[in-house]
Order: sequence, then C-alpha cells, then structure tokens
Amino acid sequence: MELINQHLPILQIVVPLIAAPLCIILRRRQLVWVFAVVVTWACLAMAGGLMLQVLSQGPISYHLGGWEPPWGIEYRVDAVNAFILILVSLIGAVVLLYAPASIEAELPEARASLFYTAYLLCFTGLLGMTITGDAFNVFVFLEVSSLSTYALIAMGTDRRALAASFQYLIMGTIGATFFVIGIGLLYMMTGTLNMADMAIRLQPVLATRTVLAAFAFLTVGLSLKLALFPLHLWLPNAYAYAPSVVTSFIAATATKVSVYVFLRFFYGIFGREYAFDTLHLEYFLVPLGLLGVFVASTVAVFQSNLKRLLAYSSIAQVGYMVVGIGLVSVTGLTATLVHLFNHAVMKGALFLALGCIVMRLGTVELGELRGIGKRMPVTMAAFVFGGLSLIGVPLTVGFISKWYLVSAALERGWWPVAVLVLLGSLLAVAYIWKVVETAYFHEPEGKTADATEAPLTLLLPTWILIGATLYFGATATFTAGLARAGAEALMGGLAP
Amino acid sequence: MTPHTALIVSLLLPIAFGPIIALCGSRPNLRDSLTVVAGLLTFGTVCTLIPAVQAGGVAELNVLEFVPGLALSFHVEPLGMIFALVASGLWIVTSLYGFGYMRGHHEIDQTRFFFFFAVAITAALGVAYARNLLTLFVFYEVLTFSTYPLVTHARTTDALRGGRVYLGILVSTSVSFLLLAVIWTYVATGTLDFTPGGILAGNVEGNSLYVLLALFAFGTGKAALMPFHRWLPAAMVAPTPVSALLHAVAVVKAGVFTVLKIIVYIFGIDLLAETGTSVWLMYVAGGTVVISSLIAMTKDNLKARLAYSTVSQLSYIVLGAALATDWGIIGGGMHIVMHAFGKITLFFCAGAINVALHKTEISDMVGIGKQMPFTMIAFFIGALSVIGVPPLGGSWSKWYLALGAVDAGQLVFVAVLMISSLLNIMYLIPIPIRAFFPGALPKPAAAGTAATDHGHTDHGHGDGIHEAPILMVGPLLFTAFGCIVLFFYAEPVFRLIAPIVGR
Repeated sequence: MELINQHLPILQIVVPLIAAPLCIILRRRQLVWVFAVVVTWACLAMAGGLMLQVLSQGPISYHLGGWEPPWGIEYRVDAVNAFILILVSLIGAVVLLYAPASIEAELPEARASLFYTAYLLCFTGLLGMTITGDAFNVFVFLEVSSLSTYALIAMGTDRRALAASFQYLIMGTIGATFFVIGIGLLYMMTGTLNMADMAIRLQPVLATRTVLAAFAFLTVGLSLKLALFPLHLWLPNAYAYAPSVVTSFIAATATKVSVYVFLRFFYGIFGREYAFDTLHLEYFLVPLGLLGVFVASTVAVFQSNLKRLLAYSSIAQVGYMVVGIGLVSVTGLTATLVHLFNHAVMKGALFLALGCIVMRLGTVELGELRGIGKRMPVTMAAFVFGGLSLIGVPLTVGFISKWYLVSAALERGWWPVAVLVLLGSLLAVAYIWKVVETAYFHEPEGKTADATEAPLTLLLPTWILIGATLYFGATATFTAGLARAGAEALMGGLAP
Repeated sequence: MTPHTALIVSLLLPIAFGPIIALCGSRPNLRDSLTVVAGLLTFGTVCTLIPAVQAGGVAELNVLEFVPGLALSFHVEPLGMIFALVASGLWIVTSLYGFGYMRGHHEIDQTRFFFFFAVAITAALGVAYARNLLTLFVFYEVLTFSTYPLVTHARTTDALRGGRVYLGILVSTSVSFLLLAVIWTYVATGTLDFTPGGILAGNVEGNSLYVLLALFAFGTGKAALMPFHRWLPAAMVAPTPVSALLHAVAVVKAGVFTVLKIIVYIFGIDLLAETGTSVWLMYVAGGTVVISSLIAMTKDNLKARLAYSTVSQLSYIVLGAALATDWGIIGGGMHIVMHAFGKITLFFCAGAINVALHKTEISDMVGIGKQMPFTMIAFFIGALSVIGVPPLGGSWSKWYLALGAVDAGQLVFVAVLMISSLLNIMYLIPIPIRAFFPGALPKPAAAGTAATDHGHTDHGHGDGIHEAPILMVGPLLFTAFGCIVLFFYAEPVFRLIAPIVGR
C-alpha cells in the first residue's frame, strides 16, 4: 500500500496507458467495457488519493525513473492539477458507464473495442497533460489526446464526422505546432524543460525578443486548443458529429485541460508580473472572452441541431473561463477553476441527455423533438436542470461560477465586465428555452409520437452528473474551496 | 417544537408533500385531501413561530455553506413572519378553492399543477425566512422557475407567449440588476446579512447609493415597478387559483417584501432619510400607482383589470418603503396582509364567475348578481377593502402609508394615495353595482353575446341562483370575511410588525 501511495503519480498515467492496447486484445464488447470501467474508476480513486496527499502534505514531486529534475521528467501534483485530475477522471469514469448502450446504437460492432482503446488513450493524454511538470511532456500528452480524439470523432456514423475530424486535425495540429515552437524557444533561452526550473531561469531573460516570440506562439497555440473565440472554428462540427459518448467526454474535459495548461504556462512559467503587468495579456483575454460569450451564445440561439447548439454554448462558456483568467486575482482564478469543474459536470450531463434522445429518435434536430417532454420525461428533466445550470440559476453549479466571476470583476472595479457577464447568461435563457418550449408545448408527433424513455443504463450516468450539478450548486464549499486553494497557488507562481 | 425545528419543518413540508401529491395522481380525492393536510400542517407550524418572533425573533440557522464564507441561512423576523403567515395561511384556502376550480373547469394535468404549487410555497417561505440577501435571491429565483409551469399550465400558444414575457422580464431583471446589486453589496461590505440599521452606511456613498438602490428596486421585478410590470398581466393566462394565490399574494408579495427588507435591513431607513436617496423611488412608485390604475380602467377582461390593480397596489408598498419613515414601513408591511385578503377575494370571485357562468369580460357581467349573489357580495367587500374604506382592513394600511408620507414631508404622496383610491372606486365598484342593478346603468350592446358562444348550454343562464361549487364560494366568502375581521383586529398585525422600526 505504501508502495502504491508512493508511486500514485505514475500509476495515474501508466495504468490507463497500458490498459488501452489491452482493449484490442480482449475484443469482446462486454469484456472490454468492464475492463475499461474498472480502469477509469481506479484512476478516479488514484486521483482522489493524490488529492488527499496534496491536501495533507503539500505538493508532490515524483521523479520518473529516479532521475532528479531538471534532468529527468518530473510529475508534479499541487492543488491546481489535483483538482483537474479528479475532474478528468470523474467525467471519464461516469461517461464510460453510459458507453455500451450508446455505442451499440451509434457504432458498428467491429469498432467497439477500438473505441475503448481510443477512449482510454485520450483519457491518458488528458491526465498526462495535467500531471506532468515537464513542458515537452505536456506536448507529448497533448498529441496523445489529440490524435485519439481525431479517431474518436471520426467514428461518428454521420459522414460529416470525417470532415469534422479532418477539420479538427488541421486546426489541432496548427495549435500543437505553435505550442511546440513556443516550448522550443523557451528551451533555447533556458536550456531546461522542467517547468519549475524554467520559471526560475526565465526571469533574467524575460526582456528578450525570443521569449516574447515564445509567449506569442504559446498564446495562439493554446487559445486554439481551448477554443477561444475566434479560434473556435473546429469545435462545433467536432462536437456535433462525434458519437454522443465522445462528445460528452471531450466537451467536458478536453478544453478544460487546455485551460489548465494555459494557466500553468502564463501564471506558472512566465509569471503573473510578465504576462499581465508587463504584457497586459488581460487586455487581450477579457475582450475576446466576452466577445466569445456574446457571439457564440447568439449563434447558439439560431441553431436547430441541439448538439451544435450546446457546442456553441461551450465556446461561450470557455469565454467565461478566459475572462476569469484575465481578471488576474484570486477570486478571478477561483471563478475559472471552479467553472472548469462546474461546466464539465453540467455540459457532460447535457450531452449525455442528448445521447439518450439520439438513441431513441436517431436525431437531435429541434424540429423533430416536438413533445419529447411527454415521451421522455426523465431525460428531458435532466436536460432542463442542465440548461438551468448553463443559465446560472441558483442551486445549480452555474450560479456558483457566475457568483465568483462577477465578484472578481467588481473587486477589480471592472463594471462593464460584470454587467456583460450577467447579460451573457440571459442569452443562455434564450437558447435553452427554445428547447424547453419545443419539448413541452407541443403534442408528440412524427418521430416523437412513439418514442419511449431511455434505458436506465443511460439515465443513471446522466443523473449522476445532474446530481453533481445540483449538489455542488447547493453547497460549493468543496469545489470552491479546492478552486480557491488552486487559485492561490497559481497567483503565487511556480517558482519557489 | 423549538423555533428552529419549526422553521425547517415548515419549509420542508410543502416540498416534501410535493412528490407524495404527485404519486397520488391517479386518485384525485386522496391527492386533494393530502394537499389540504400539507397546507394545514405548514400553516400550523408557521404559527408556532409567532411567540418566538414576539419575544425578539428567531436566531439565525445556517443550513448549508453555499460558498466558503456565505451560508444558506434562515431566521424569522417580524416582516418575514407576516409574509410566511399570509402565504401559508392563504395556501390552504386556495387549495380548497383550487379543487373546485380545477374540477369545475375540467383542467388537465392537475397533479403537475398541485406539485408545482407546493414547490412555489416552499420557495415563498424560503424568501420569508431568508437571513441574508443570497438566501433571499436563491429562493426568489426558485419561485420564478417553479411558477413558470403554473403560468403556462394550459400549454397553448397564448400560455407560451405569456410564459415568455413572464420569465423574460422576471429573469432578466433579477439576473442583470438584482444579482449585480447583491454581489456589489457583498464586495463592498463583506456581508449580506440582514442587519437592523442596514449595512451600507459608510461602505457605499454618494451616487453609487442611487445606482445601487435603482438596481435593487428595478431588479426586484416581482415588485412590478413600472416599466418592468408587464409580466404580471402576462401571468394572467394561468388558471385562476394561480393568479389568486401567486399573482396576488405569494409571488408579488415576495417582490415587495424583498424591497422592504432591502430598504430596512440593507440600506437602513436612517441612511435613506438622511441622504434622500430614495426620493426618486417615491416618484416612480407614485407614478406606477396612478398610471396602472388608469390602465386598469381601460381593461374589460376582469383578470387583466385586477392584474393592473395589483401593479398599482404593489407600488403602495414600494412607496411605503421609499418614504423611509417608521409609519411608511409599517404601512407597507400591513398592506402586504390587507391587500392579500382583498385581492385574493377578487380573484376568487373572477374564477367563480368564469366557472359558473363562463364569463371573463366585465361588460358581460351586467346583472349576474341575481345568479351569483354571494360571489358578488364578496366581490363588493373585497373591492372596498382594496379601495381602503372602513370598516375593512385595507383602510388601515392606507392610513399608515398616508401618515408615513406626512412624516416624510412628502404631502404630494398623500394626494397620490387619495387619487388612487378614487380611481380604484371608478374601476372596481361598477362591477358589483352593475351586477346587482343592471337597469341602473345602460346595458352595453355586447352584453350576453359572449356567454352564448362557449356552448355550455347545460349550465343555464336563467334568473335562478347559479353559484360556483361550494368549494369555491366557501373560500371566497372566508377571505371576504377576513377583510372585515382585519379591520377590527388590525392591532395584532400592527404589534407583530412594529418592532422592525423599533416601536
């Protein structure tokens, strides 16, 4: 036990990494699923264990192969990424419970085991990006997760899934390339890849043009990966045409991890003084974030495909996170970090609810969903609760995020930002209520006339996430407390 | 039962009965009896809090830590006590009336109806008990969303449109103004607790105080201050029991209650009286009182007229709060009670006329006094109470409001109150008068035509008495009687409220 505890950081990554190819060998659909479920839940337990260790003993530094940093690769877990690890593994574990029934409906038999392989690889990649303390290692895991995501999206039955995947491949590769160029430039200036070491060695050379170039490449590359407006173009199609399970998983986790990496680089490595006091990154982040909120929410109002609608809503929500980053305060970062978690559970739940509808109706076109509230009451109730959370109604997690974000804006004295954040949430009312009215104000007709409620295997995971949405909305001490601890760590910078 | 237990129990009872009521959907009699039991238990529990409030209030009770440093927290002070008593007491009466109405009107989905009704009552009690602004805001929003399915109960295109206006105005005002004001208050003062004397003095000054008051006043959309009053007439697409309890009592009173609490416990009336920050609000409220009375006169649909009358009456309470004098606050608090009894009676009557005679337009109601004598007498009493004529309860609150205006040196608002009373007479009194003395006034040509359109010939429209079911007439007579009782026994209400201004 002691041995396991000691090696938890590496087990967190190695277990799903080894499990992924084993899925191909196991082949049988049920068997693979059970195996993958065990692996992901074990990962959740490990993330929980790491969090406990961090909370009791402070940050953990794990040296891969016993090589001392900065020469060897270091896995570094502190309050910030322990929180993200829990988030990713929680969503990964819950969504997988939902997978068998959904992929049976949406994927051909032969692809089932490949699905689980790609899923676990993506899972590994996201966890790896989060846990590692090595800049180049982040890039490696970024590619692991991206490549497996391209494969997962392409598994969608709609032929447009291939185009969407290709589009994401191009955009994602550009993003990753910019990212690796940025790291290369930093390596050139510091001669190290260890993030903590890099943070220290960067301080004397911050004024150089090379560092400035690195800063620019990293900003653009990461903004692409986290779908900051106007670099979001890959996202709507990818979310809309991927299988429902995949959409739920990547919508809840992929952009979140990129936001984390963004925080790590700009608050950790470059440092708050350079990124915000000198270069004023906030004048770039806050306007773009708000623009993203308004443009994407407005576009969402006019979508007829519910998956696309929620995809645009995701871009808007990323906008809120970026605004929180740009407010450069403990409260602002708390808002961003808590919203990473909150948005993950609510958006995950919403996409799972859509998966239930896809399973029964084979479509999420709004025009085909008249009266669905009568036929699938439990699914639609989940959708309504998730939607209320997107709006930011009290007693849902969305309200907690809004509370912190507006507080942070007011603390900073940025009135217009506070007002715009609140107005943005009114747009969410518009796009959610469009669905509510279609679902509840019509008699079932056409495809919905003889639809039935989704099976329990789909409803249960959906409602686990809805339960989390409501529970952490009613008492956010746990999530907001962790987010605040993370925010304080980030404001302190990475350099000891 | 200790006060804290009673507080929690009364809060949980309606919402706990909600699912039980929903499960009994296939057995309407059982379901309806359970609803009444829930109402009686809730009201009884609320009543047990009275002694504790008279002895100085129920101390705070933190239920959940909402975000670190801010709890979902309850207490009971005089104003909340009054509001809780009114909302839970009239819930019982409205439930009885509701059974008569929903069955008499052959409404669909009655189970869903009573379920959301129960949730709305919990939300109203949550507003009443809120210890801090955050708790109040939380339940305020729950009230909005839980009443939406009630407003749109009919699921028709009209209901959908009404629901859009309802939700649109209430949510946009509360999110963009009220929430902003709440968070601003928290950032500026570091607390959101309702504190005697207020928390803003010394923390927010000058023009910011005006902006903050405007955000609070207009952000509380449920108080229906013009120009954010449109949701209330829109909500009239709901079945009449909803209009009666929620849109004459629980929802709208939650709004003005919020305004009163914010003025008394967040701003503090001394601060407002010294700085004169709330003078503009007096004019907005006074303007709403007069303008909406004028609009009410133009409405032929009885529920629409009553809705505009409510808009006008709500602004009495906002006016009382804005006057920032002891008498103004007491008058506002008492008007919560007095107007509740008067207006619920009027709505009950409107529903009874609709069920018994299928009439919704005032011009069709000429001469119905012969068929519905009890209903129309109750209507007369309720109307007089709303107008504020002795010996009816409504006269007291108007008296205190006028005193408050004199105290504040704002004599113009004494005039506003008098003009409003005159307007009330003009748009309410003709209805029962014409019902009983059709010959006394010229009969409009349209009278009687709409009544034959609906095809319910079996109900008969002869000269004999044709009242609504006893379950509807009983409640409306009860609340009308309440208007009279409240005139002679206004003192207990006064004594309950007076401590908030230290009298």
